[in-house]
Amino acid sequence: MIQHTSEQRPLVQMRQVQKFFGDFQALKDIDLDIQAGEVVVVIGPSGSGKSTLCRTINRLETIDSGEILIDGEKLPEEGARLAKLRSDVGMVFQSFNLFAHKTILENVTLGPMKVRRLPAAKAKEEAMALLERVGVAHQAQKYPAQLSGGQQQRVAIARALAMKPKVMLFDEPTSALDPEMINEVLDVMVTLAKEGMTMVVVTHEMGFARKAANRVVFMADGQIVEVAEPEEFFTNPQSARAKDFLSKILTH
Amino acid sequence: MDIFDLSGLFLSGAWGTLRLFLLALVGSLALGTLLAAMRVSPTPVLRGAAATYVTVVRNTPLTLVMFFCAFGLPILDIQFASDRGLNSFFYASLALSAYTACFVAETLRSGIAAIPVGQAEAARAIGLSFRQTLSLIVLPQAFRTVIPPLGSVVIAMLKNTSIASAFNNRELISAMRSGIEIRGDMVITILIATALIYLVLALGLGRIFDLLERKLVILR
Repeated sequence: MIQHTSEQRPLVQMRQVQKFFGDFQALKDIDLDIQAGEVVVVIGPSGSGKSTLCRTINRLETIDSGEILIDGEKLPEEGARLAKLRSDVGMVFQSFNLFAHKTILENVTLGPMKVRRLPAAKAKEEAMALLERVGVAHQAQKYPAQLSGGQQQRVAIARALAMKPKVMLFDEPTSALDPEMINEVLDVMVTLAKEGMTMVVVTHEMGFARKAANRVVFMADGQIVEVAEPEEFFTNPQSARAKDFLSKILTH
Repeated sequence: MDIFDLSGLFLSGAWGTLRLFLLALVGSLALGTLLAAMRVSPTPVLRGAAATYVTVVRNTPLTLVMFFCAFGLPILDIQFASDRGLNSFFYASLALSAYTACFVAETLRSGIAAIPVGQAEAARAIGLSFRQTLSLIVLPQAFRTVIPPLGSVVIAMLKNTSIASAFNNRELISAMRSGIEIRGDMVITILIATALIYLVLALGLGRIFDLLERKLVILR
């Protein structure tokens, strides 16, 4: 579906990004390049800025200085150009955020029909194929509240994929799920990663990081502290902050 | 004049009330939705304009708003029809719409606030514009959330149509006054009959809103 291009330009470029909430600096000197086809897991203690980083990439969160480029194009400030760019960046949220008054099928067809101007029949055909792929096709006529959390999150992934995005952002996609539903969502994400989708995943699921990630980005206090391959990061963290963090999440 | 003539009088009066109500319903819902949308827009000028309108008009007595329409607009040479009665009807509908729109807007705004912000973020994330996000995702759900309080606003407007009787409109109250002039011996009966007609209309509206609420409920 997505080929690893020989193109050298990174798909996502973040240059000296700074972000403040009032006096609090949420992102500090962020420099990060993400290549096409790469899967980057962002990890770190709560309040470290990892979700904020994820949300700045499609400008759900504005930045105070620095710049972010998607496929070489600088993120527009507002308006139609920003909407256009967002349609190429898929996003999956912690709390699913499916449209509660629309059926599962309508949730997935809405974007292609209203943004891409796809005819209804074509949009439905593609949506059903995507729902089939994430294993919820038989629920297409139901409403979000009638599905389990795991199913809702898989629908949310299908909704994002329906736009045929260049890159997918996952903001703690399994944090709101019951334990027995985490794997059904992670399985879909691992498959997606194997198919070559460019992904930025904020998560604490180390199993996923080990299985699917090319790089782990460790954040603390709004800064990127360490970047390493997953195995390297989990077995031999370099920074004191990362050692401390891993010791806390690994002891149980 | 016997009881049949009186009922004919009331029937045409009820129709007068109803058509005033229906036009003002459409007008107030349209203007109210527009005002609510302006109040949540990212453009400060629109937000400010809507807030100012709501503050000014909501805090003006409806009778005064009617005076502005019925006596102010003719001075500005704004007429809607050559027929005087019809013209008064449009002035009264406009006044009711302009006034009730404030309450519709505020009710709707509380509904908008009740929709999880994540859904609007998800809509923007798939590339929907602000207008699309509002009209496809936020407002349809906000309307369903506020059906019960919106019902109260609409019923209040039904009763507020009675003020139009003082501004050359033929509706229930003007029918009642004619009835009393003709049959002074039946004052109590006529008053009770008038109250009953309002009651029936209002109960009917309440029933419609109950049905809407049940039919359009959003599972959460």
